[in-house]
This record gives sequence, structure tokens and C-alpha cells, in this order.
Amino acid sequence: MTIDNTNTNYAIELKGICKSFGTVKANDNIDLTVRFGEILALLGENGSGKTTLMNMLSGIYHPDGGSIYVDGNEVSIQSPEDAKRLGIGMVHQHFKLVDVMTAADNITLGGKGGLFVKKDRFKEIKELSEKYSFELDPEKLVMNMSVSEKQTVEILKLMYNGARILILDEPTAVLTPQETEKLFDILRNMKKEGCAIIIITHKLNEVMSISDRVTILHKGKSVQTVNTAETNPNELTELMVGHPMQLSIRRVECEKGENILHVHNLTLENSDGAEVIKKLSFDLYEGEILGVAGVAGSGQKELCEAIAGLYPIKKGAVLYRDMNIEGKTPREIIDLGISMSFIPEDRLGMGLAASLDIVDNMMLKTYRDKKGIFVDRVTAEELANKVVEELEVKTPDVHTPVRQLSGGNVQKVLLGREIAADPSVIITAYAVRGLDINSSYTIYDALNEQKERGVGVLFIGEDLDVMLELCDRIMVLCHGQCSGIVEAKETTKEYLGLLMTASVTEGENDEQ
Amino acid sequence: MNNKNKKISIHIAKRPPLPAKTVTLLYIFAIFLALCFGGIFILCLGVNPFKFFAKVFTGSLQSKLARVALMRIIMPLFITSIGVSVAFKMKFWNTGAEGQFIMGAVFACWAAFTFENLPQPIMLLLMAVSAIIGGGLFGMVTAFFKCKFGTNETLLTLMFNYIALYIVQLLRDGIWRDPAAGGFPKIAQLPENAWVYQLGGIDMTWVICIILYIIANIYFSKTKQGYEISVVGDSQNTARYAGMDVNKIVMRTMFISSAICALAGMFQVAGDGTSHTLTTGIASGIGFTAITVAWLGKLNPTGIMAVSVLFGILEKGCGVAKSTFNLSPAVADILQGIILFVILGFDFVITYKIVFDKKNANAEEKKGENA
Repeated sequence: MTIDNTNTNYAIELKGICKSFGTVKANDNIDLTVRFGEILALLGENGSGKTTLMNMLSGIYHPDGGSIYVDGNEVSIQSPEDAKRLGIGMVHQHFKLVDVMTAADNITLGGKGGLFVKKDRFKEIKELSEKYSFELDPEKLVMNMSVSEKQTVEILKLMYNGARILILDEPTAVLTPQETEKLFDILRNMKKEGCAIIIITHKLNEVMSISDRVTILHKGKSVQTVNTAETNPNELTELMVGHPMQLSIRRVECEKGENILHVHNLTLENSDGAEVIKKLSFDLYEGEILGVAGVAGSGQKELCEAIAGLYPIKKGAVLYRDMNIEGKTPREIIDLGISMSFIPEDRLGMGLAASLDIVDNMMLKTYRDKKGIFVDRVTAEELANKVVEELEVKTPDVHTPVRQLSGGNVQKVLLGREIAADPSVIITAYAVRGLDINSSYTIYDALNEQKERGVGVLFIGEDLDVMLELCDRIMVLCHGQCSGIVEAKETTKEYLGLLMTASVTEGENDEQ
Repeated sequence: MNNKNKKISIHIAKRPPLPAKTVTLLYIFAIFLALCFGGIFILCLGVNPFKFFAKVFTGSLQSKLARVALMRIIMPLFITSIGVSVAFKMKFWNTGAEGQFIMGAVFACWAAFTFENLPQPIMLLLMAVSAIIGGGLFGMVTAFFKCKFGTNETLLTLMFNYIALYIVQLLRDGIWRDPAAGGFPKIAQLPENAWVYQLGGIDMTWVICIILYIIANIYFSKTKQGYEISVVGDSQNTARYAGMDVNKIVMRTMFISSAICALAGMFQVAGDGTSHTLTTGIASGIGFTAITVAWLGKLNPTGIMAVSVLFGILEKGCGVAKSTFNLSPAVADILQGIILFVILGFDFVITYKIVFDKKNANAEEKKGENA
């Protein structure tokens, strides 16, 4: 398909798009336009309706009301097939690739062409990637690729299928700062070739560096569209949150206490026998927040679960003060009198019972404490009311199943319960994932308060800017190994980025 | 792409939760609607549906004899359904209630035949205890395999039904064969001291039903074990996180579930309904009907009670009506099927709504492209 840069039609124009899920209006009368040869950033807090809106463009949902115009014509997108036909392609947060096939095979899979695999496909893909200056080896297997390379394959797949309108859903969430720059170069090239690009993000610095215009969503409504050149991060935040906000996190300075958690030479294996954590050693002290950074899937989840007694330990030791808790079940750890609070990544699948109400979830770890065969719902209800009040949980009442709460409120319920247990160690995995800015700051404040009380906090994070401000020290994980522990005050984002990838190249060399 | 045909597109959307009162009314309406559909079916058979349904109700409720027969259908069904629901609450799909029911009866008979001279109260107690322990362990084996080797409990419990059934056959043709039956393969009637007491013109299984109803309500909503069942049923990871011993809870719960089913079997064989004799037809599908009852009753003791009564009336009443109007015995099954379908259909209506929207669609054009 030839691309006409002088085309005056909008690549995409949305007018009055509405979409409800039950009583929740995910999208309420949204207008949005994007031209060919333009990058539009779609900015908004989690739950503001960005992904819902884009899923309607890619045919996954169907709008309840409003009109969609593609290249000047009104269309109805009923399925992903329709979207593909209209030249709309979306890169989702979770990649949809076949691990055991090469890049080229993944790209040509299900696309144009006949019944048989084309012999010249490697050459064809090589040429296509050179056109947009991608760096990609078409013959490499997807299973041997880094996250960034997989993302490149996803984008090329869309280009190969003739997409002119690209939607990227938080593409930088899984990338290191360096990889992000590379992606942005690719996007700028594609823009020059006349593609229309919509990038979903909630990172302001990225919006400023890549986009031409920004459309801001707030609570399902399109608040405003501004030219990037004429705005600044403070104005964008204000539009996004709905009121002015102070964007810095206070770092509480307090005396580092005794060593409370000592992890020594820890090695963990997954069910396939692959090492997910390799010979990891570190210390956590009272009154400090130790950040754990790393590309997603570097062993963070396994590390947390192993400390909490939920993941089998292959080798090594985990010492709480001087007690070895390696190989102990969560029950045994509690019975030792150790108060360790673990706020897992999978809140509804591990930290809470989704179909039970807030009261029942409050007594998840304490229901045994009362003697006899009955549970004590009175105390649990008191605690539930306290948590709802103190952390401003938005819920009809404490008897609402937690499944019906929004992500931020679910996290507050979980955090509230864990803090109420008066812990001496807190392990949190992606504590603010999916939370709006206000809720995130509530969580940061709560963690700082615990730190002041002398609690040791292990903070698994993904936003380096936040970690630099909140944490005392940051440990970087790369492929299950510790590539460095640095003082947060003395380091930079770029240096952390280097640590995150340092052994990626090492690992690849090993394989070859 | 300028083709602007007015097209109606339909899609399904989840609706906000309805108030409990509306839901109840909808279910009552569903039963009414099911009777209408059933009525059309009856009409097709050339019978006046009003007369037919009138006969269903009078046939099952009018005379004392009919009411006793109705109770005999409801009682084992209710107990077994409660048993099934204990496992179902934990999302452990116990499809083996039929077999556990049979094994309960077998263990009860074993106690009665082995200690035949005990006084009646001790005998009944011993029978109940053997049914609970024997039947409970019989069901717990499947949970053990699930915990130890990750076997599929739905298939395993289903297969165990056949084991139970053939054990009865083996006993009938072997060691328990009644020598007084003149070569006819049957198991002897239980001695009279092993019969369930009479209370109010019927065996006192109904007292057990009421006690079980109260205990089940308390167990599910007030006890630690009931709480553990809910958490494990929601997410095993959450249960492990909370420090629960998931395997222990799964096995214990399955023991309780099958023990209750087995208790139903004990009362069936020691009650009046079966002339106090163990046969291969002792369970006659109760264990499978119980699965449906537990689901339709939303795993809630009160709901299960209501559905058991409804199913009982349908079965007993249809039995009377079909002989009055000279219809096939399959009519009752078909009517039950219709009711099931309509109620499950209403489940869909309660959870989802269908949205019609008129839009300028390019559907016409798409057809052209696909051709």
C-alpha cells in the first residue's frame, strides 16, 4: 500500500466513543485524532480507559456508542481481522509469539502467501527490517531473544501485514532505558515513512521525548489534546490527575539498624530445572528500603516467594536475624514468631481470596489465632473498617467481594492487612502496579512510615525514577544474578540500566 | 468503504449485579416459564397440561401415602446434595457421590451382618459410624491421588462409582448371598434391630436432614474449616500464602463430603424406602441428581433444600401423572431436563445482557471481500 503524506484525512478519528463494563464507564464520549506521519501519546492513569479504547480500535471490544473513522471513512471494527484489513496493528503488553520458531517464521505466520513456507522469507524480512532500520536477525529463534528483540518482531509482524496505523500498549514497561531509546529511534523512522503511531504510556518523560501531540484521558473521558512542544510534565500531570500534584517522593532519613534478613548464596530452580536465581547474596537492615530492579522476569517473583516460604530453595540459606528459615512453610515461619509481611505481585491470586469479602480477607493469616472451631469475624470486621477508613479504600461496604474493587483499592486492602500485622520485614512486589498516582503516593507514604518504625522493606519495583527517590539502596537483578547493589543517592538511571543488561550479553555469549 | 447500510449489531455485555430480591423473582419466573415449555410438550402428547400438572401436585402431596413416598425421594437426595456441595465449595469436582452412597450402604450392612445381635440404638450408631469412616475413606482415596500425583478428580471419582457398584454385585453373588432366597442372587434383608426408627409415620431420616441442614449452614459460614474450604476453593496459592496445608484440607474436605454421601446410603438401606435390603440399584442415580441439585441450589443449604423438594415433587408427581394419563416414564426425565435448561438459561440472563445497537456498519462490504 502506498502512503500519501499529503493525505488530508486523519488516519484515525474517534468521535464520542463510549464503552461500559457493567456499571463502570470505561470510556465516556472520547474524541481522538491521529494523522499519518505523526506520533500521538495517549496519556492517562491506570484505569483511565486507555487500553479499552485501543482494544476497540484493534477489534477486541466493540464500542457501545460513537463512531470510528479510518482514513476518512466510517468503519465498524467487529474483529481483529477487520482491524488488520484496515491497516491497524497493535502491539500488546504480552507478546503473542511462537517461541520455537524463527523471527522470520513468526512474522510471516498467518500472513499473506500461500500454503507453503516461502524460501526467500529470511531475505524478505531482512530487507523489510533494513527499510525501517531495525536490528534483527531473521533466523534467530524467539526463545533465544531478549524482550526488546521480541518486541521488534511484534512490530515487524504488523508492518509485514501492511499495518499503517500502529498502536503500542505501554511498550517501554519491559525495557531498560537503553532499549527504550532504541525503540524510539525505530518509531521515529516509521513516522518518517508515513505511519500513524499511537503509544500508550504513563511515563511523562517518554511522552515529552517521542510524541508530537498528547491526548490525555482522565476517568474515561478525553480531557484535552495538546501539542507536546507547547506543554511540560507538570501541566500534563495536572491534566492527568485532575488537580496539581507535587511529584516528588520524600525519602525518610533514618538510622540503619541491625541486619534483619540475610540471604546467602541462594539458588532457585523452576519446574523445568532452569536456575531462576543464581547464588544470590544480600542483606536487609532494619529501617531501610532495599529496592530490587531488573527487567521483568529476572527472578524477582521467585526470590520473594522463596523468602516467604512459598518457593522451594535449591541451595543456600535465608536467615531471619539468626534463625534459618530455609525450607520452612509459611505456617512454620509464623509459628517461629517471625512477623514477615509479603505483598505478592499476584494480589488476587495469592495475597487475597478474590471471591471473599474484605472482612474474610482480613483474617486470612490470623483466623487460627482464636481458640475453638469458629472464626472470629468481629475482630476481622473491626480491622476491615479501620483499613477502609485509614487508606481511603473506595468500596460500598466491607462485605463487598474484593474481586469487585478496582486495582488500587485491592492493593490498599492487601497492604492494610499486612501492615496491621505489625511486621518486622515487608516484601512487596510491584506494589504500585496498576495504581493511579494518588494511590501510589499513599502506598509510598505507608512504606516510609514502616521504615521509620524500623521495618526492613524489600521493594521490588519497575519504575527506576520512583526507586531512585524512594529506596536507600538498589539491588539490580539480571537473569537471576545480582549485577550490583548501589546506594540510590549516588547512582543514575543510566547506570542502573547498564546493570540491568550487563549480563544479558554475557548470557547470550554463553549460549553461543 | 462509503457503503452505509443500517445494520443492527448484537453483542453480549456483563450486567451489574442484580439485587437478591430480583434474582429470586427471576428464578421463580424461570420455573413458571419452564412449566409453560413443559406444558407445550405435554400438549404435544395429547394431554391437557393443566390437568397433568394438577395431577403432579395432587399426586405427590394429596394423600399421606403420597407424602411419605415424596419424603423418601427428598431425604436421600438432600443429604447427598449437601455432601456433594461440601467438595464443590472447594472446587473439588466430586462426581463420585453415587459410589460413596453405595459404599455407605455396604459398610452399614457389614456392621449389621457382623454384629447382628446388638441392641437397636447401638446397632444404628455402629452402622452410621462404619458408613462414615468406610465411605469417607473410599472418597478420600481420590483426594489422596489428586494431592500426591495430580490426578483429575472428576474422572477418578466417576470411575470409583463403578468400583462401588461392582463391589455390591460381588457381595450379592458371593459371601452375602442370601441362602434363603432359593438360588436367586440377592442379599438378605437387614435384621430388624438395624432398621431406622419410625417417627411421624416415616423413618426418622428427616430428623437427620434437619440436623444436617443446621450443621451445614454453621459449618460453611462460621467455622475455621468452612473458611479454609472457601479460601482453597478460591485460590490454592492464596491458601498456601496464608499458611494453610492445602493437601490436608483437600483430603479432610473430601472425607467429609463422601462421608455425608455415605451416610445417605446408610439411611437408604436401613430406612423403609428399600425394604431394608442392599441391592445394586440402591443409589439409582441419586448421586448424579445430587450434582445437579447442589448446583441449582447454588451450593447453599437452603437453596439445596428448595431444589430437593422441587425435584422430589417432580419425580413423584410425574410418576403418578404418567400412569394416570398412560404416558411413558421418560416424561418425568424430559420435564426435569426442560426445567434445568430454562433455569440455567436464566443464569445467563442474570449475569449478562444482550445489547442491540443500530450502527452504520460496513458489514455489507465485508461480505463482498470475504467472498
